Amino acid sequence: MAEDQHALALNGVSKAFGGLRAVDAVTLAVRPGERRALIGPNGAGKTTLFNLISGELPVTSGSIRLFGRDVTGVAAHRRAALGLARTFQITNLFRTLTVLENCLLAVQALESTKFVMLRPLGRYRGLADRARAALGSVGLGDRAGTEVRHLSHGEQRQLEIALALAGRPRVLLLDEPCAGLSPAESHMMADLLRRLDPAITVLIIEHDMDIALEIAHHVTVLHYGRVIADGLRDEVKANPLVREIYLGA
Amino acid sequence: MTRRRPGMLVGVTVVAALAAGVAPWLPSYPLTLLTQAMIVAILAMSLDVLLGFTGLPSLGHAAYFGVAAYAVAILTTERQSGFVLCLIAGIVTAAVTAALFGLIAIRATGTYFLMITLALGMVVWGLAFRWVSLTKGDNGISGVPRPDLGLPWSLWGPLPFFYFSLACALVAILLLGLIVASPFGMSLKGIRESESRMRILGYNVWLHKYLAFIIAGTFAGFSGVLWAYYNGFVSPVDVQLVTSVEALLMVALGGPGTLLGPAAGAAIIVFLKNFVSVYTKRWLLILGAVYIGVILFAPRGLAGAFHRRSS
Repeated sequence: MAEDQHALALNGVSKAFGGLRAVDAVTLAVRPGERRALIGPNGAGKTTLFNLISGELPVTSGSIRLFGRDVTGVAAHRRAALGLARTFQITNLFRTLTVLENCLLAVQALESTKFVMLRPLGRYRGLADRARAALGSVGLGDRAGTEVRHLSHGEQRQLEIALALAGRPRVLLLDEPCAGLSPAESHMMADLLRRLDPAITVLIIEHDMDIALEIAHHVTVLHYGRVIADGLRDEVKANPLVREIYLGA
Repeated sequence: MTRRRPGMLVGVTVVAALAAGVAPWLPSYPLTLLTQAMIVAILAMSLDVLLGFTGLPSLGHAAYFGVAAYAVAILTTERQSGFVLCLIAGIVTAAVTAALFGLIAIRATGTYFLMITLALGMVVWGLAFRWVSLTKGDNGISGVPRPDLGLPWSLWGPLPFFYFSLACALVAILLLGLIVASPFGMSLKGIRESESRMRILGYNVWLHKYLAFIIAGTFAGFSGVLWAYYNGFVSPVDVQLVTSVEALLMVALGGPGTLLGPAAGAAIIVFLKNFVSVYTKRWLLILGAVYIGVILFAPRGLAGAFHRRSS
């Protein structure tokens, strides 16, 4: 497959913090609609890699392409406009605003309405409908009026997903969506992730192997910032190096 | 957002009607103070856009207030310019100053933003103090006449000027209220809560902060225009650090992010300052005590304390 047909293509991407190479010459390509799990022990550089892809951190070297377009030096908010969305491992929401207001911010982010100054936001019915739809899709429909800081941890994780989906992304980066969830909540989250629009390309970091491998068919394994295995999940599971350093067998 | 707005509108209308109703029976000194409160309330609300809504603590807000006041003072005394020209010139001067200073200040956040805005404010103060050919330096510019709006009542009288200031304050409340309730206003609240999330959602955070900075400067300029007319005299005192600190205190006292809280805070500070200074010269000491009291006992201001008690 030609490189410009990939949803996301990384070529020799590295990130150095002083002498530490947190991400070291990572090359990977994700097809449109693919579900890809990114696994590896703590400190393997998974979240740093997400920060590089989403543009929060500049790369030290290498290039990142989104649907064939070089976005290596492109600002984070412009990558969002190109269809990239992400969730955060440590919940990152607008805590004193209501659930609906959080979603409205996500819905209007890619619309020119965000610059309107002299018309109340409440007048924009279309935005509110989309925000409510996004909330409904993650099961938070009845919490619209609640301030986010009063939500349970599990509900906040659901809202993370809703915010990421509200902008109708084409590529979605999920950073440990099940972090800190109870087994029952994890199960619900996995259901939610399975139901995602198959057209969306999904990259997921997840420590819960059962969930990661259930959602993704394709797995990339990171270790000390390097890709040590890349392939279909059964191949990767059988890889002796992976078994040794990660799966602990 | 939408829930509180009808209540706000009713509150503003009642307070404005009450003030307008009692004004004719007030002696001229309290009436003058009330006028001053209206004008300073606009300054406090403009700062609230930055501090309360966007989360940017500016310590140089007197700069935009001051340059507008100076613009009016210079134009009226040197060129006998009319009200409309002075209003536009004052507001534009403030907006342009904010647009220039914003380019420098918006790069920083938190304490660094505070320090940079403080430094920029001092630059304006330095100019007011030293650029004697333009500003008359320490002496200030006196003899600013009251504006002639072509109305049957002269604004030289305290009562007509009070009504004029009240009308201006209502216009400012309406416009600022619309701005903070707009999609843009919501984006400012988002920036206050999480800049990184806003960037990831697709907002150019720098641009939104920069626009907020200019809006705040513009309304501070509006307040400065009125101040020059009210006081009839503009001097470096109007752009000094204490003026910026007072504005910050009005916002903190009233409740950041509530718009009307800072307006009430402005009124309280104006009255407190004028009554206390009758008895002591150590006004700044009282100001400091009030500030510490607010931080300790009502960190979200009077509006926050009131809201907590009623809910």
